[in-house]
Amino acid sequence: MSDAAPLEVTGLVKTYDDVVAVDGVDLVLRDDEVLALVGPSGCGKSTLLRTIAGLVAADSGTIRLSGQLVEDGSVRLPPERRPAGLVFQEHALFPHLCVRDNVGFGVRDVPKREVADRVAEMLELVSLGSYGDRYPHELSGGERQRVALARALAPAPSLMLFDEPFASLDHNLRVQLRQDVVAALKATATPAVFVTHDQREALAIADRIAVMRRGRIEQLDTPAAVFHRPVDAFVGAFMGEATFLPIETSPSPHTVLGPVDLDGRAPTGATAMVRPDDVSFAVAADGEAEVVAAEYHGSGWLLTARAGGAPPIAVFTSHLAAPPVGARGHLGLVVGHRQVVVADTTEP
Amino acid sequence: MTAAAPTQGGTPEGQRVERSAGDRASQLGWPVVAFVVATLAVIPIGFLAVSVLDPNVEVWRQQWRTRLPDQLVDTAVLLIGVSAGSLLLGGGLAWLISAYRFPGSRLFGWLLIAPLAMPSYVLGFVTLSVIGFTGPIQNWWRDTFGQDAWFPEVRSMGGAIVVFTLVLYPYVFLLARAALADQAGGAYEVARSLGAGPFEAARRVLFPLLRPALAAGVAVVMMETLTDFATVQYFGVDTVSVGVFRIWRGTFDRDAASEFATLVLVVALMIIGLERVLRGRARFGEAGGAAAGVGPRRLRGAKAAAAFTTCAVVLLASFGAPTAQLTFWAVEEATGDRGTPLVDRFTEFLQNSLILASLTAVVCVVLALVLTNGPRFSRGRGIGIASRMTAIGYAVPGPVVAIGVVLALVALDDVLEGIGLGLPGVVATGSLVGLVYAYSVRFLAPGLNAIEAGLEQVPEEVTASARSLGSRPSSIVGRIHVPLARTSVLTGAVLVAVDALKELPIALLLRPIGFNTLPVWTYNLATESRFEQAALPALAIIVVALIPVGLLSLQLSRHAEAT
Repeated sequence: MSDAAPLEVTGLVKTYDDVVAVDGVDLVLRDDEVLALVGPSGCGKSTLLRTIAGLVAADSGTIRLSGQLVEDGSVRLPPERRPAGLVFQEHALFPHLCVRDNVGFGVRDVPKREVADRVAEMLELVSLGSYGDRYPHELSGGERQRVALARALAPAPSLMLFDEPFASLDHNLRVQLRQDVVAALKATATPAVFVTHDQREALAIADRIAVMRRGRIEQLDTPAAVFHRPVDAFVGAFMGEATFLPIETSPSPHTVLGPVDLDGRAPTGATAMVRPDDVSFAVAADGEAEVVAAEYHGSGWLLTARAGGAPPIAVFTSHLAAPPVGARGHLGLVVGHRQVVVADTTEP
Repeated sequence: MTAAAPTQGGTPEGQRVERSAGDRASQLGWPVVAFVVATLAVIPIGFLAVSVLDPNVEVWRQQWRTRLPDQLVDTAVLLIGVSAGSLLLGGGLAWLISAYRFPGSRLFGWLLIAPLAMPSYVLGFVTLSVIGFTGPIQNWWRDTFGQDAWFPEVRSMGGAIVVFTLVLYPYVFLLARAALADQAGGAYEVARSLGAGPFEAARRVLFPLLRPALAAGVAVVMMETLTDFATVQYFGVDTVSVGVFRIWRGTFDRDAASEFATLVLVVALMIIGLERVLRGRARFGEAGGAAAGVGPRRLRGAKAAAAFTTCAVVLLASFGAPTAQLTFWAVEEATGDRGTPLVDRFTEFLQNSLILASLTAVVCVVLALVLTNGPRFSRGRGIGIASRMTAIGYAVPGPVVAIGVVLALVALDDVLEGIGLGLPGVVATGSLVGLVYAYSVRFLAPGLNAIEAGLEQVPEEVTASARSLGSRPSSIVGRIHVPLARTSVLTGAVLVAVDALKELPIALLLRPIGFNTLPVWTYNLATESRFEQAALPALAIIVVALIPVGLLSLQLSRHAEAT
């Protein structure tokens, strides 16, 4: 096709009655990219996805799929004319059709022979080659999602959209399936947008992550950047466990954990973020900090430590050296880790 | 800006979303069609309402001087009597079946709705012929106790109330039972465990909780009573519906009849208002969580016998005995040597009824599919309102719908004539089209409800997936929605067909000359006191009507098993 981006969204707005669900979103997807849309419930991520699919009409703004204008606020192309595949959380297989007919449903305008070949190819792709004659109720939850993926990929869409695709599966299955899904997307060179409420899932599968809040994209960047260099405290807290410490300016900028690099920022309205794995706790009878809570996480302990007037600080320690509640010690930064100064939006 | 807009590189300003005519149709089509359907359904009633704006004072004055005051009194007494009877019988039996176990209680649970298949005019004429003044029971009574021995007057208001109660109590029974199975029963038990006696628990907890269900049930009972004008005539009760019929048949004065029909409409609206008031702010299915129904207690000895007898007597009086009597008459008539001339036209009338019922069912199912699928494919709010509007026909009595349809079709005839399309043999007066139109207005609601419930079982995601896979809405309805909701579509069709098969008032008012249905035939024979000959068509109606009642029972027992 052309060099146009698989998806280009500009100034998209969608309101329900008085609630602004999507508030001026701009988004350009790169070729073969997997993008995760994350954010707290009600942030507008699902509405954004459904607007792209054509299931929800936008109030204003434009959507282009591979350069083709499909929505410009007043006129819109119906979903069946958009080259986007769609996978939902559950319930979306056609229960009265066998797996083969489900997968072949969207393949049209080609000879029967080619439909059969395409279906076989897609089932092979999701490792369900021998399942063609089964019915949806005879499949497990994971198998159903594989069929849903194969069905959506069969018409060779120029873009895939996923709405919480793994949310109804148990944890181990979810990890396995998401790896397989990303592999299938990469194998077919299909760009995709995932909506998920699971930050860890987003970090694991996405090339880039868009964090949404109140209908706007707060930050759009690589997983590492979103996790380690969030634009503000909201994004930092949303992406994972974090402690935000007030910054003292005299004599030089510092927190209870030591000096911070302001990186050219003004200290007012800013806060220093540390993740539990950034912080160390060295047991010492005369330490300024005390362990007030400890939670076992298998690979280690998540401690909550208090030092002076600072907020409680989360510390991740090895399971080999786990100080008990009440133990005292010194808090510090793990070698190579640092405190990140972000805009203070701790009131979410 | 030209059609051959370059696609490479940027995106030219002024580029348009390129939609085909089909896309535009699929976006516009659903609201437009739904709006048309809703308008067609509402127009007949609208015409009636408008006719009151220009009242024929002379007609009203004359009616007021003659029959109207008595008709109003009779209507009120009948409605109140039947409501009280249905509440007592339907509510009482529901409590008996839900709160106790006794021999046959499970079986009675679904047998007791059988009277739904018994048209009131059939039970009416059977009752009159068997225990009326000239019937065998009173003959025996006079032979035994003397010619002047007192016997209650059967052909009276009291008789009519009993007959209506016996065929209509199942509506209250069904709704009360459902409510008892949900939250009301459990709350009653909780009240008992908190130290309330049975009467206090019933007064303070059970009745308030059952009130919405009872109100809804009684509203249906009143509507069914109001719509009738055959049974009441047998019993010499003069209601406003009889008044409409009499003006129509007596004078063929369309305007007078339509104005009088608005009176029936007003009563119907009052019933709806009453239901709203009685129901209060409560709603069905508000039971939070898995509130258990009432836990049934086992009855023994005399109490069990009394419970069994009560159920058996009601079932016998409302369904068993009249059906047996009809069968006896039908057999006697078929084997006797009287030579009933009408029997060879039985197939013709049956055919008429079946054609009418099937046409109505097809029309209603198609319209219901449009109205229920519309909201899936179009986000306009209008479609939901349209679908609610069409349900109005079911809440409007048959005679009102019939006359409204005549007014609408007469107007249509005038318009057609005005633009030079005057058809030979006008559309309005007595064509099958008018009949099917009126039936569809009246019976769209039950079909709509069934199909709506079925479609709700199809998740939105299934529809969305099919669309994103490139299927057009019409193709999704055919390939996905109808196959998945086929049981509900079938149920809806059967419900409509059977209602249409039983319908008498509309057929009497609107049928083409010489076109008879089973109910019309039954009614005409029974009106001439030829009960034995009316038995065959009456039985045919009952047998066919048992199909949906059986379906309903099946559904209920499945539901009971599931919970």
